[in-house]
Amino acid sequence: MSALTFTARQETAQRVDMSPLVCQLLKDLTVTEIAAIELQNGKRKMRADELFEIKGSDTQNIVIKNSFAKLDFIAKELQEGSVTVEGEAGAYLGMGMKSGAITVHGNVGLYAACEMKNGLLTINGNAGDFLGAALPGNKQGMKGGTVLVKGNVGQRAGDHMRRGIMLIEGNAGDYCGSRMIAGTIAVMGQTGRFLGYAMQRGNLLLWQQPILSATFNDCGSHTLAFLPILFKSFAKFDSRFADATQAFNRVQRYGGDMAEKGRAEILVKL
Amino acid sequence: MIINGVSIDETFAEAFPMKATRAIITAQNEKWAMISAQAMTGFATSVIACGCEAGIERVLDPSETPDGRPGVSVLIFAMGGKGLAKQLETRAGQCVLTSPTSALFAGIDEGLQIPLGKNLRYFGDGFQIAKKIEGKRYWRVPVMDGEFLTEATTGRVDAVGGGNFLVLAESQPQALAACEAAIVEMKKLPNVIMPFPGGVVRSGSKVGSKYPALGASTNDAFCPTLKGITKTDLSPEIESVMEIVIDGLTKEDIDKAMRVGIQAVCDLGAENGIKRISAGNYGGKLGPFHFDLQEIMA
Repeated sequence: MSALTFTARQETAQRVDMSPLVCQLLKDLTVTEIAAIELQNGKRKMRADELFEIKGSDTQNIVIKNSFAKLDFIAKELQEGSVTVEGEAGAYLGMGMKSGAITVHGNVGLYAACEMKNGLLTINGNAGDFLGAALPGNKQGMKGGTVLVKGNVGQRAGDHMRRGIMLIEGNAGDYCGSRMIAGTIAVMGQTGRFLGYAMQRGNLLLWQQPILSATFNDCGSHTLAFLPILFKSFAKFDSRFADATQAFNRVQRYGGDMAEKGRAEILVKL
Repeated sequence: MIINGVSIDETFAEAFPMKATRAIITAQNEKWAMISAQAMTGFATSVIACGCEAGIERVLDPSETPDGRPGVSVLIFAMGGKGLAKQLETRAGQCVLTSPTSALFAGIDEGLQIPLGKNLRYFGDGFQIAKKIEGKRYWRVPVMDGEFLTEATTGRVDAVGGGNFLVLAESQPQALAACEAAIVEMKKLPNVIMPFPGGVVRSGSKVGSKYPALGASTNDAFCPTLKGITKTDLSPEIESVMEIVIDGLTKEDIDKAMRVGIQAVCDLGAENGIKRISAGNYGGKLGPFHFDLQEIMA
């Protein structure tokens, strides 16, 4: 059975809500029924086959080709199977994802992995602001699973993050880990200003020395036993994080945010 | 049955069901992992008064441990789940948490999960940090030498305790030498411990006592100094009897350990003063697991 493939015929002027085209909702549908699904496109609705050429039938393995940055809510609340995006993805990619795998071969927009619960989200390009964050007004962002970004991420990555692991091979924008409740964000590249702003608990694991706020205090250099276990868990990823030469267990530890609970830590490779 | 001049009694060892778990202790080097493991498994020879039976299973290579440091695996057995959990937690808290550079991990993933470091975390007084990695929860507890890393829980499984055999010899040194040879071989096997000092017990017991308060008392039938005044099980040439007790995760593990141990004793043979191999048989009063000596050695 070949992958259920949606190939975009052209880019739309307005944004498209892709949330109906997710594995668990398509499970028992025929290709004809899938083609008739109506997608919200700006103010109007359009049939799926109006926007996409549809091929294949494996609803547990969805591929979106010629994807562009106005396709929002791709793989929303994914519960099973895999979704592969060839091209860019819009906002809210993998929002509330519960299981399975999403892979994007391009850049993604705002709020990717927001309030994600489990599974693996891989972004081979860059990610926009609020990666793994909580929706505006909500108190908890990403609650589990792994997000792997091979490019850079925007501002507020991990805002209100509760649990899970975010791996960023590139740079992170300002306010990385802001208001984080718990969880781990690892950044190999540079980090921006206001790192860990109002962070309560959790780890920021950094390869480069950051610009630190006055509310993070130096706790000295340490060899931490949990780091080899953490790095060992990265070995399964197709990523620089899986490279054993990138692993370390000797760190400079900064505790903070002392303006908040002060139980979070920023660990910087020594 | 006679092996190398050693008579194997037509009897069986009697064992009973227990609950067990395995913990892995790592440290900066093998020396400190071993010190911690020895402390954790100290005073744990018999459930009669120690609360549990515990022992060092084996030394682990860094490649076998979760954090890539040298380690030691220990097995702990108790009569019930509650008792096991209590002993595990107390021993982990007093003997591993306190031991320099140590870390503590689950050695069994399956079975009911019981607290390992789950409650020890409170020693961190609010500074402790949880980390969930690949579905396992770890606690990082700040301590004066750095951080104590411990897995939150470990698995509890059904196990078998009290497998045993008796070595009957013409002299005390010969009995001890034979037991030492057996222990060397038995220690090479996984999933078993021999909980008594050095793996050998010289004060084997029978069920019951003339004193109502005691549940067990000396096994007078195998005490050589009582040969003339009690219903003895010893022939005149036997001057010393020693016992090896085995706890194992499964009946098969004990079977194998008994076979290896008895074989090592028999290899010394009659020429080294070993006359008989017998077993602690309590007429079915002690437990449902029976290890027939002749069947094991067949």
